[in-house]
Amino acid sequence: MTTAVNQAMVEKYKGNFLKEVTDNVEEGNWVKMCMQCGVCSGSCPLGPHWDHPPQELFMMIRANKREEVLSSTSMWMCTSCYNCVARCPRGLPITHIMHGLAHYGKRMGMKPKNQPTEKFGQMFWDNLIKKGRVNELKLGLGLYFKDGFAEGVKVSMGKQKLGLNMMKAKRMSPMEMLGGHGVKDLSGFHAMLKKAEELEAARVGANTDAK
Amino acid sequence: MKIGGYLCTGCGIGDRLDTKSLESVAVREGRIGFCKTHDFLCSQAGVDMIKADMALEGDDQVTKAVIMACSRRAKTESFNFGAVPVSRVNLREGVIWIRPEGSEHDETTQEMAADYIRMGCAEVKAMHQADASGEQSKNNHIMVVGGGITGMTAALEASKAGYYASIIEKSDRLGGVMGQLKQRQPEHSPFQNPQDTGVAALIAAVEADDKITVYLSSTIAKTAGAPGRFEVDIASTVGAGTHAEFGAIVQATGFTPYDANNLPEFSYGKSPNVVTQLELEALARAAGDGPIKRADGKVVENVVFVQCAGQRSTKEGHLSYCSGHCCATSIKQAMYFKDSNPDIETTVLFDDIRTPGAGGENFYRSAQDKFVTFRKGKVSTVDVKGNELQVNFKDLILDEDAHMGADLVVLATGMLPNSGTDIDTMKDKDASGEVKVSVESILNLNYRQGPDMPQLVNGFTDSHFICFPYETRRTGIYSAGPVRRPMDAAQAQTDAMGAVMKAIQAIENSAIGRAAHPRSGDLSFPSFRKEGCTQCKRCTVECPFGAIDEDAKGYPQYNEARCRRCGTCMGACPVQVISFKNYSIETVGAQLKAVDVPDEFQEKPRILVLACENDAYPALDMAAMKRNESSAFIRVIPVRCLGSTNTIWIKDALGSGYDGVVMMGCKKGADYQCHFVKGSEMAHVRMAKIGDTLSTMNLEADRVAVHEVAITDIDRAPKLLDEMVAVINRVGLSPFKF
Repeated sequence: MTTAVNQAMVEKYKGNFLKEVTDNVEEGNWVKMCMQCGVCSGSCPLGPHWDHPPQELFMMIRANKREEVLSSTSMWMCTSCYNCVARCPRGLPITHIMHGLAHYGKRMGMKPKNQPTEKFGQMFWDNLIKKGRVNELKLGLGLYFKDGFAEGVKVSMGKQKLGLNMMKAKRMSPMEMLGGHGVKDLSGFHAMLKKAEELEAARVGANTDAK
Repeated sequence: MKIGGYLCTGCGIGDRLDTKSLESVAVREGRIGFCKTHDFLCSQAGVDMIKADMALEGDDQVTKAVIMACSRRAKTESFNFGAVPVSRVNLREGVIWIRPEGSEHDETTQEMAADYIRMGCAEVKAMHQADASGEQSKNNHIMVVGGGITGMTAALEASKAGYYASIIEKSDRLGGVMGQLKQRQPEHSPFQNPQDTGVAALIAAVEADDKITVYLSSTIAKTAGAPGRFEVDIASTVGAGTHAEFGAIVQATGFTPYDANNLPEFSYGKSPNVVTQLELEALARAAGDGPIKRADGKVVENVVFVQCAGQRSTKEGHLSYCSGHCCATSIKQAMYFKDSNPDIETTVLFDDIRTPGAGGENFYRSAQDKFVTFRKGKVSTVDVKGNELQVNFKDLILDEDAHMGADLVVLATGMLPNSGTDIDTMKDKDASGEVKVSVESILNLNYRQGPDMPQLVNGFTDSHFICFPYETRRTGIYSAGPVRRPMDAAQAQTDAMGAVMKAIQAIENSAIGRAAHPRSGDLSFPSFRKEGCTQCKRCTVECPFGAIDEDAKGYPQYNEARCRRCGTCMGACPVQVISFKNYSIETVGAQLKAVDVPDEFQEKPRILVLACENDAYPALDMAAMKRNESSAFIRVIPVRCLGSTNTIWIKDALGSGYDGVVMMGCKKGADYQCHFVKGSEMAHVRMAKIGDTLSTMNLEADRVAVHEVAITDIDRAPKLLDEMVAVINRVGLSPFKF
């Protein structure tokens, strides 16, 4: 599915990645309004750790660097501190665009490999849809073991005391391991998700239709 | 016939000073008729008291007055007695507000006040009532040079204000550069789409206006005279010439586009598909409502705009400055494409987008909204590849070399002012014996100083950008539009209105013999004592405004309507024969001599401060308002311009026992702030030579200091005076005290 959509996208927008972003990325219609002042990049507390600060990402979009943008790790680094949004003189919702780009890159199957934020996001989502509620114990353990068994054990041992304290304070129950509690109408919840998926597929499909 | 003294005790003056003793200083030492004290002199009662004295008859009538109260810059309306010369003694800002309270300071503070009163009394005796010269004339007709939108707007505005205008246009039609455009950038909210240029409507309005005469295919053969009485010979390339008289002149000669042939790196000339902005307008006009086509007929699908082509560059042959309109023009032209077909690729390669004016930013946003792509990049070359062009540039955001293909490349080249002959380079050429005029003269002024207006940087006509933007150094001649500085159409039209208002002001003032500005309302004008004149021509040369010609015998000939009353001629005169009725070598000389210089054993130095009344004196006043403390040993005399400072004053001061002299004028040089353009600079030149005088007197060179002071130097100005006090403390008191 992703590959099909992807190819259709590439075909439809050919050399115009800016248009593709405008049409398909959440808040992507704002990218064209960037005036390259660089205040966002200067404001970003994580800026030095990015490959491409927002200003550069926006320029890359205009320069049709589709691959580089969608597979970039940069937008995954956004912590939603909103410093850039507060300071952008043109009022661009930069934080939202970053999340939009991340989501779009993932949907296009071009997400960066082994990106921890991306991994955790997927884990959270999978965990959530199972029961309609987040199973914190499983999510936590999943996070510990995401880089392999040995690494997981090491992390778990290190956090042992924290875990015990949380159990004592009744902030964490080992019983959650056995499945955990869910929402009342689980099938309804799943039906709702399915409907949402259908709507989204229809929306993207509409944009993917050849002109 | 009496000189009346009026001492105000309000604003704390009476509390801080011994006014009884000051009264007797005024009468006994100042030798004026009487001195009256009032506790609120600027009140109706106080002013009425003075007016009553002036209304008396016979010997009791007060014909000159000394107002001893606040700064001459305060209460100017209250203490304006029309025909009666008035000297203002600054006891408030000049004395009590800059002196600390306390009995240990009382003696020096009181001495300061007494000195200023002696000075005021001495000054008023040397002052005479200024009258108009009698050479006045009024002509309600304004000559507008140039028939572009600036010129047409100026003519129409003059007509609306009830004056007559004549447009002198070199080409055979009105419209200028704007007439060659398809559309202009929007003037009104929401500033989103290009709009009609309005040139056709302007031409129609000009032609329908019976107060406006249009001379097409015409140039100016000769301009003589002065404001109120300009005599102009108009030459025509198609018919007979005309002679006409005008009251004032607006020069709106616009600009010439920068020659893109200087840009071979962008393949201009090599490919017909590399065009300038103006050439694109021609393509857009030819296209009408259809798609814009290249010279070879191909519909343009991919256009690249190269900003700052040959501008804002230090390269030889390039323009160093920003032409101000090109970014908005490219935005507008990109919209020509986008509005006809949103799929046309339009890319603007810019270094900085500069969209000045109220709507500029909105217009820029509107273009972004229409998917015009803006890339920050510096174009290095444009290659011709068959039918295609390849633009090579450095992407300044991604920091990489990049290139893109294009059907059409549009170069944003700059503007060169049509300012006529540069009289300053003419002078240089004179020295080497060959005069090579690169630009034809436009005004052909019959002035000793040259045929055109002086130019400032980059050939644009000179003007005082902050205080008198339309003013040139030729009174009554105003420049507007891109000849004054690079600008777009909207600014040029605003400029035209401003310049024409100044022209009207010049006409009205010259009719009654008043200075237009900065001393607006001043009736005085310079005159000279013929028998003393050595015909050295220094006044004619130094006058910043070309107000002085030479008569057949070589004597100076004043064109009082061109004069701005700065007194630079008075300062220049080596034999001191030039004077104004109310401002002369004597008025200032008498003041500085009236100061009581204590003998050396009292250890009270005296420092003379000559402060420009436009900037330095207000700065000192404002420092006083802030209660910035100053030395009690300074004596400040305001001067019209530091350029009016004659070296005789410095010599007199030093010879009569002053310990130091501080002169404060405006910033000089290319970015001058001097209200009289060159006055401050002339003063600096003259004072550079004062060292010789000082050494012949065996005095230390640092006893004379010349400073550039801006009106905002409120804290710095008093510090400069403190510095001189420190110098005197170091080098010791003057040996010339008697």
